[in-house]
Amino acid sequence: MTLMWIPLLPLLGAVIAALTAHWGRTRCAWATAALPALALALILSLIPQLSETGSIKSTISWIPALGLNLSFRFDGLALLFSVLILGIGLLVILYARYYLSEKDSMGRFYAYLMLFMTAMLGIVLSGNLLQLWLFWELTSISSYLLISFWWHKPEARRGARLALTVTGAGGLALLAGILLLGRIAASFDLDVILQSGDLIREHRWYPAALLLILAGVFTKSAQFPFHSWLPHAMAAPTPVSAYLHSATMVKAGIFLLARLYPALAGTELWFIVVSSTGLITLLVGAYFANLKHDLKGLLAYSTISHLGLITLLFGLGTKLAAVAAVFHIINHATFKASLFMAAGIIDHECGSRDMRRINGLWKYMPYTAALAMIAASAMAGVPLLNGFLSKEMFFAETLEQEFLGSLSWMIPVLATLAGVFSVAYSVRFIHDVFFNGEPINLPKTPHEPPRYMKVPVEILVGLCLLVGILPNIVVGPLLNIASSAVLGGELPDYSLAIWHGFNLPLLMSLVAMAGGLFVYFHRAHLFRFQKQFPEWNASESFEMAMRRVQDAAGKLLDWLENGSLQRYLLLMLMLLILMLWPALTELTHLTGKRAHLPVDIPSLVAGGLLVVAGLGTVIYNRQRLIALLMLSVVGLVVSLAFARFSAPDLALTQLAVEVVTIILLMLALFFLPQKTPKESSPRRILRDICIAGLIGGIIGTICYALMTRELHSISDFFLANSKTGGGGTNVVNVILVDFRGFDTLGEITVLGIAALGIYNLLAGLRLFMPSGDSEGRQWALDRHPMILAVISQSLLPLALLVSVFIFLRGHNLPGGGFIAGLVTAVALILQYMAHGVDWMKTRLDIAYHRMIACGVLISALTGVASWLFQRPFLTSWFDHFHWPLVGEFELASAMVFDLGVYITVVGATLLILANLGQMTTSERPVTKEQD
Amino acid sequence: MDHLLILPLILPLLGGLLMLLPPLSKSRVRQRNFALGLASAMILISILLVVEARPGEIIVYHLGNWAPPFGIALVGDRLSTLLVLLTSVLAFCSLLYTFGPSEEEGSFFQPLMQFQLLGINGAFLTGDIFNLFVFFEVLLIASYGLLMFGGGKRRTRAGLHYVILNLAGSAVFLFALGILYGTLGTLNIADMARQVQLVDPADLPLVKAGGLMLLIVFGLKAAILPLQFWLPAAYSAAAPAVAALFAIMTKVGIYAILRVFTVVFGDSAGDLSGLAGPWLWWLSLLTLTIGGIGVLAAKDMRRLVAHLIIISVGTLLAGIGLEREAATSAALYYLIHTTLVSAGLFLLADLIGRQRGKAGDRLIAARPMHQGKWLSILYLIGALAVIGMPPLSGFVGKALLMKSALAVSEMQWFWPVLLISSLVALIKLSRAGSNLFWHITGEKPVVTPVDRAQLTAVILLLSTPVLMSLFGGPLTELTDATAQQLHDVPGQIGGVLRTSLAEGSN
Repeated sequence: MTLMWIPLLPLLGAVIAALTAHWGRTRCAWATAALPALALALILSLIPQLSETGSIKSTISWIPALGLNLSFRFDGLALLFSVLILGIGLLVILYARYYLSEKDSMGRFYAYLMLFMTAMLGIVLSGNLLQLWLFWELTSISSYLLISFWWHKPEARRGARLALTVTGAGGLALLAGILLLGRIAASFDLDVILQSGDLIREHRWYPAALLLILAGVFTKSAQFPFHSWLPHAMAAPTPVSAYLHSATMVKAGIFLLARLYPALAGTELWFIVVSSTGLITLLVGAYFANLKHDLKGLLAYSTISHLGLITLLFGLGTKLAAVAAVFHIINHATFKASLFMAAGIIDHECGSRDMRRINGLWKYMPYTAALAMIAASAMAGVPLLNGFLSKEMFFAETLEQEFLGSLSWMIPVLATLAGVFSVAYSVRFIHDVFFNGEPINLPKTPHEPPRYMKVPVEILVGLCLLVGILPNIVVGPLLNIASSAVLGGELPDYSLAIWHGFNLPLLMSLVAMAGGLFVYFHRAHLFRFQKQFPEWNASESFEMAMRRVQDAAGKLLDWLENGSLQRYLLLMLMLLILMLWPALTELTHLTGKRAHLPVDIPSLVAGGLLVVAGLGTVIYNRQRLIALLMLSVVGLVVSLAFARFSAPDLALTQLAVEVVTIILLMLALFFLPQKTPKESSPRRILRDICIAGLIGGIIGTICYALMTRELHSISDFFLANSKTGGGGTNVVNVILVDFRGFDTLGEITVLGIAALGIYNLLAGLRLFMPSGDSEGRQWALDRHPMILAVISQSLLPLALLVSVFIFLRGHNLPGGGFIAGLVTAVALILQYMAHGVDWMKTRLDIAYHRMIACGVLISALTGVASWLFQRPFLTSWFDHFHWPLVGEFELASAMVFDLGVYITVVGATLLILANLGQMTTSERPVTKEQD
Repeated sequence: MDHLLILPLILPLLGGLLMLLPPLSKSRVRQRNFALGLASAMILISILLVVEARPGEIIVYHLGNWAPPFGIALVGDRLSTLLVLLTSVLAFCSLLYTFGPSEEEGSFFQPLMQFQLLGINGAFLTGDIFNLFVFFEVLLIASYGLLMFGGGKRRTRAGLHYVILNLAGSAVFLFALGILYGTLGTLNIADMARQVQLVDPADLPLVKAGGLMLLIVFGLKAAILPLQFWLPAAYSAAAPAVAALFAIMTKVGIYAILRVFTVVFGDSAGDLSGLAGPWLWWLSLLTLTIGGIGVLAAKDMRRLVAHLIIISVGTLLAGIGLEREAATSAALYYLIHTTLVSAGLFLLADLIGRQRGKAGDRLIAARPMHQGKWLSILYLIGALAVIGMPPLSGFVGKALLMKSALAVSEMQWFWPVLLISSLVALIKLSRAGSNLFWHITGEKPVVTPVDRAQLTAVILLLSTPVLMSLFGGPLTELTDATAQQLHDVPGQIGGVLRTSLAEGSN
């Protein structure tokens, strides 16, 4: 459990930092630092246990389905990295206290920093690869926040986005790689994976898994060609750079390389990819570091170069190389962190980081200069400093490999070349900044920084010296335990002596020194050579590329998603054809076994009429009134067909619906132009004919196939149980109000909602009101003809009576609430048409939307009523009664339900029609009426 | 008699109706409070239902006391109850959001929200395919009504496209039902699964045609390519609370696909098993692609979220297209996550837009926000969740889905497409976030504090990715059990039809 506290403590630190921000900067820094300090103490307290067991592990089950457990594992490598992360982290906290100005939000800064620290500790302590990935991505996120800390600066925003994009992309590749690895090893548990090295390397997915994981590693560790984000991350405050680019963020990739070394390393693919990437990065970084005039830019490229060096060492694949790599991780972290901090001090005190302007600082800040010069010498690999030792080991290892056969000599030569450049930029850092004349045009006069700002640098530089002089005592045990964790136990023989006698590596070092000095003093040639290349800024190029991609995506989308309903419908129909075509080609027997009905004359005539009217609707679609009339013929024939095939209920319903629909459409047409303009090109018409023909053909085929087959369905049950179970002989009605009454309840709700929706739509609408038709003829002035008024009024009682009749007989004979409702509605609409809305309003003032609500409510409550009798919703009840005079009659709960249907239908129909009608009467221009 | 299963339908129906009548219809405040009360009750009821369905016995409710396959039955299994709970939570947050300032005033607004919930819950709970059609109509027409609230040319146009496309879809739905009834002779989904095993092999192509037509209808609702074009315009035009509730609408289509194509055309359907798989697989990969393009192209936050929904649809349907239990379980986890997170982001877009003056939620420089700090934290959480970055639930869902692709042929398509879509989302959301929060002009912020109720709604929704990740263990157990029950076709048939099967054997 102690292990879990290690990443958890800095997380608490993030909260504390945010909470104590208003205490003042010093207190906030102390409060924040307390928690990582405690975590460091915890780590150190675990060391005795570690040397006994080799590794400590604690696991809590989290999401077993994913193979993701909260699992923390502490071994030598984790120890090394935790110490670096926490140790340098504490120094950065102290340093940042003095670096940040009053204007910067200290709490926010520390909170992000602590979050980042948690993520890093999470990575190095993970005992489960998926969990490692989780923290890996957290470092990307928190580094995004840190790099963009000064978010008002465009370069900070862009730099942060670039870093997030590159490392985020790598992170996603890494996830894929980890999932593959997990499948090969059948577990994400680190111990299992580390033990399945042979299984993994021999698996056919090994190359894919390796390359995906390396993509994650290389992006994170800024390896060529993914290195370009790192220099732009320098837009962050310098404490962030000191932390992210010495001991943490970029080392996460290196850490993973070391972590998975036993599982992945040792193949030719590993050697080729890892070592060549490392070598190229080493050279590219070292070369470009010489060309930067920005102090932090120089350090950024030097970081890239050193990361390449470590990668190359891991790539070489020998045990000694791995030890050298681990050693260089420690050394690079110490001297690079101190150099960044020194650069920050210089920036802070001079107001500039341009090495062409800051010269001769030795005079102004000798103490800082001395510290920075020692650190820079360590970077160059000067003897008696830590950088020298690991560099010697590196040179020695480049001489040991034979993978390239007769070309193997190239690796040490290129390594020496990189050494030359590395010395050159280190010399530049020292000579340009601290000597080389006087400062030019600085905004401030430089002076030594506050006392405590120098303390972290002092500590780190002290470590560089101590390790350099007394390596065995100072760093030996740590290096041993970390290296044996990387190598999986067995450690090669190696010596950390300062002096190995005159040998080839020493010669390489000497060549590098001499060459470096030479390159530095002839650097003007280098600058001139580089000037011939066009300048390239990764951040700007990325920005431009992103804009172009966005624009291209926008254009593509506008072209696809063009807002044309016709196109969307076309796509749907095309998909329909595409899906149904293959299915129907498989249907070998189109005609089924069912006997055909004889063809009679009326059916033929009706069928012919249907076809003609259907075609007419299409042909006359631009003359809307004619098209509408044709459509009504189609509807009528359909009702006739229902009647012909013994479905009088449906025929009645269809007829009533037809009437109401046509009235509604006529009203709507009043507001529309009478003719549709010609819009479709001939090509388009042809296309539409083809599509429509195909769809029609397919649906027709299916219908024919279905109608000629015997139907075995649940319908028989309805026929058998209608009278006994539903209390009615009209099966259609019993289905509607009883067997499937729930559907009906749903449908009347739909009707009601539709009416409400239309009412709502019309409520705010102001429409253009034509005073005549398209040929200029006036509408009739007599709006409410006398004959219509008289006849409609006398028809009303009759129509109501008919609807009552239809309603009552519904359960046993054709009829029912729906049809009755429509009949009532038509009769009332007729009154509206004959007398106008205002006349009706004085006589029949009903809020139709409430009427709808009541109707549905009645039906729904009928259903709920069954609960009182311990029956499910909508269970019907019926019984036969005998009254004198009336005789025997039936009462059924279904009638109440049907009453609800009736009321809803009347309400909905009238709500729509009356409101649409109202618009025609209340807003019609009246000027011409006097004529 | 236990009526719990029908309450998720009765409550919104009666609630909506009562809100249309006095005394509730007289005051918006009363309507709002009543609606929120209903929503709270719904959460309670759905929790009870989830608990009741957890042991594995399917709850069946015979409407009108007619046993299936003859009558309509509501089916409460693990899947449907889970989705009803999801809807209830979402509805509560959406309704809470209407307590703040908004333009969608009108006495029909709250009733329409309830009818919308009726449609959604009905679609989840019904075990009858024609009844599903009815509820599709309910939710279509209610959503159309809701979409039009506030008026304006953009909304009217988007609404018109939405409703016409869906009415065409309804026509296809009816054709499909006609074909399936004509061949299988039944409408109960479990019974269809039984009949499909008994159908004359010569007639199988007809059943297939019917099934594929259903896929088109459900695909239109789910917004799968090439049927997704209506979605960005409609969702981004809708009022915020409506858009948030709409986050569940695509999931209704996805649910229908899952239910019908796992149970009816699932493992026991003989030649017809796996009918939808190949179509879903390829179309969903293309959907992911077009969603990515849309995300890159988006110029305001609401459109961005709308296109992120399309990505999530592609992700989900690819998982369902794999047609295996583990993938279904992963998809269910991801479904819950994506519904709540997208809803939260829609609401957040509105909150952000309100503080940026004229610029609204467009991704351009604008005045700084009055409460930029808090809104940016919420944005960060939402963005991380929707991209699929750890430690939030998006990561868990995506990793589970990736893990459920087993064969190389599956991985080589699904993984790159899914990961690249995540990368695209990462790039765009980081750009959008930096545009919204950091790219500021010199103007003074408008001091209009965020409404408390609205902020609470957003916080509730955006806390789910945190909770879903923390309690990932129990939650994945639940989705595993849910997927297992769904894929057990004989169990589904036996569970839903147990009464009539028992009578038949007697």
